[in-house]
Amino acid sequence: MINRTRYLTQSVAKILIWIGALSTIAMMILILFQILREGLPVLHLGFFLDSPKNMGREGGIFTTIVGTVALTAVAIIVGAPLGVGTAIFLREYTRESKTSRVIRFGTDCLAGVPSIIFGLFGFVFFVIRLNMGWSILSGGLTLAAMILPTVISTAEESIKTIPSSYREVSYSLGGTRWQTITRVVLPSALPGIFTGILLSIGRSIGETAAIILTAGSSLVMPTSLFSPSRTMSVHFYILAREGISMKMAYGTGAALILLVLMVNIIAQWLINRYIRHRT
Amino acid sequence: MAMKEKIIEKILLLTAFSSIFILGLITFFIFKEGLPLILKIGIKAFLLGEKWIPSKGLFGVFPMIVSSFWVTFGALLLGIPLGLACAIFLSELIPPSVGLLLRPAIQLLAAIPSVIYGFWGLIVLVPLIQNHFGGPGLSILAGSLVLGFMILPTIITISEDSLKALPPTYKAGALALGATHWQTIWRVLIPAARSGVVASVILGMGRAIGETMAMIMILGNAVKMPTSFLDSARTLTTNIGIEMGYASGDHRQALFATGVVLFFIIMALNTLAISLSRRRVH
Repeated sequence: MINRTRYLTQSVAKILIWIGALSTIAMMILILFQILREGLPVLHLGFFLDSPKNMGREGGIFTTIVGTVALTAVAIIVGAPLGVGTAIFLREYTRESKTSRVIRFGTDCLAGVPSIIFGLFGFVFFVIRLNMGWSILSGGLTLAAMILPTVISTAEESIKTIPSSYREVSYSLGGTRWQTITRVVLPSALPGIFTGILLSIGRSIGETAAIILTAGSSLVMPTSLFSPSRTMSVHFYILAREGISMKMAYGTGAALILLVLMVNIIAQWLINRYIRHRT
Repeated sequence: MAMKEKIIEKILLLTAFSSIFILGLITFFIFKEGLPLILKIGIKAFLLGEKWIPSKGLFGVFPMIVSSFWVTFGALLLGIPLGLACAIFLSELIPPSVGLLLRPAIQLLAAIPSVIYGFWGLIVLVPLIQNHFGGPGLSILAGSLVLGFMILPTIITISEDSLKALPPTYKAGALALGATHWQTIWRVLIPAARSGVVASVILGMGRAIGETMAMIMILGNAVKMPTSFLDSARTLTTNIGIEMGYASGDHRQALFATGVVLFFIIMALNTLAISLSRRRVH
């Protein structure tokens, strides 16, 4: 009798867990489907290549694509070297020490800081204090700070998986520490580092709160790093929230989803390939 | 040669402190902008004041603190059971080949921009709530549901990692003693992975409290003490997000002061989660 209850409980519990897991996936598909269904028909070549007209009611989203690419580029150019440098230092120059614990704590904390706080910081520091104004540079630098934890942790993970025998061979051939890093460690860790950069690109594309406060929301075509700019996410947000055009909002949303999906699928594919390659 | 090596090491050391440096800068500037106003009107008046009328110089954020926690609580009601179910499902119930497909799907969930979730909440959930439960639709309920979904990736990945990190002997031992698979999961594995699971929930909570854009779109943004899940509300984050565009003077400082409160809450949660996950490692 007791045995039967045990197995009954088990069956019920397992069924509930199946329902939970499947409904999560179903919800995700539903959310994407409901936006793509309305948004995909809006997507034509002209939608991507025309500049927004009349506040975004007509035309396309070209300037916001330019803005998104420019901001993301600044973020990666600044954030990636800093993040990879940190990871190299944590893995190759120091083992568990007080320094590394402090750095890890800082990185973990930074990862938890909400984007609106980054936005406030970027606004008062880059926009006002450093006098960069609402610009691609201010927004890009703020984004660079936001993606740092992602770049650090993925780069660290991939450096960690490199067998120590690789390094030993390099040292035994008379290689210095820096030679070992640039010729042996970094090339082997490259796919992992690239994955981290792709995830950061995804995050930059989707970010809204921090960008609206640091890069502004101008629809004018940016001409330099000091031009204000509107990204796709910000455009989408403004179209939807101010009820400017639901049709255009759906279109921009669908474009955003496709872009983020693409970036993440490539990243996932790289991770899987990389894991299989290693083991 | 040795000189070059030394210089490179120094440069990398500097680089490595960039995240600490940025964290320091953020803390300094948020406090520098926000603290003077809190001190000017008094900590108590700011934290416990119920009126937020910038034009009259009234800055009380109590309703926003309450709303933030209310929305977060609602999100956890949905996020914890679903997240745990998914974590158990991924680590114990499915064959690895299916996991190879499902795990990227969970990652994708994390990658979808928050404005997309907010938009979906606005066009699907808000009308649904309005029609079935009444009220404005733009409500804590809608916010909680969307947020509960948004924090799933955080809860799932960290819980799953800590379940996976358990020594296989735990499971083998329990099964050998005659426990069913479910008893093993519920009485042995989950309690053993407890600190990781709790850390995942705390990080999820931090994510929920910090979310801004999606919440601006679906909470309705009314400044008042919430009395039911169907009320519209304004949280600490949405207060900053809505008014930062046009605020100046004391008003702008008050928004930074709102950021200070948010920063305190987030840092407390972060530190708690980090110390919990450290315990798991040792």
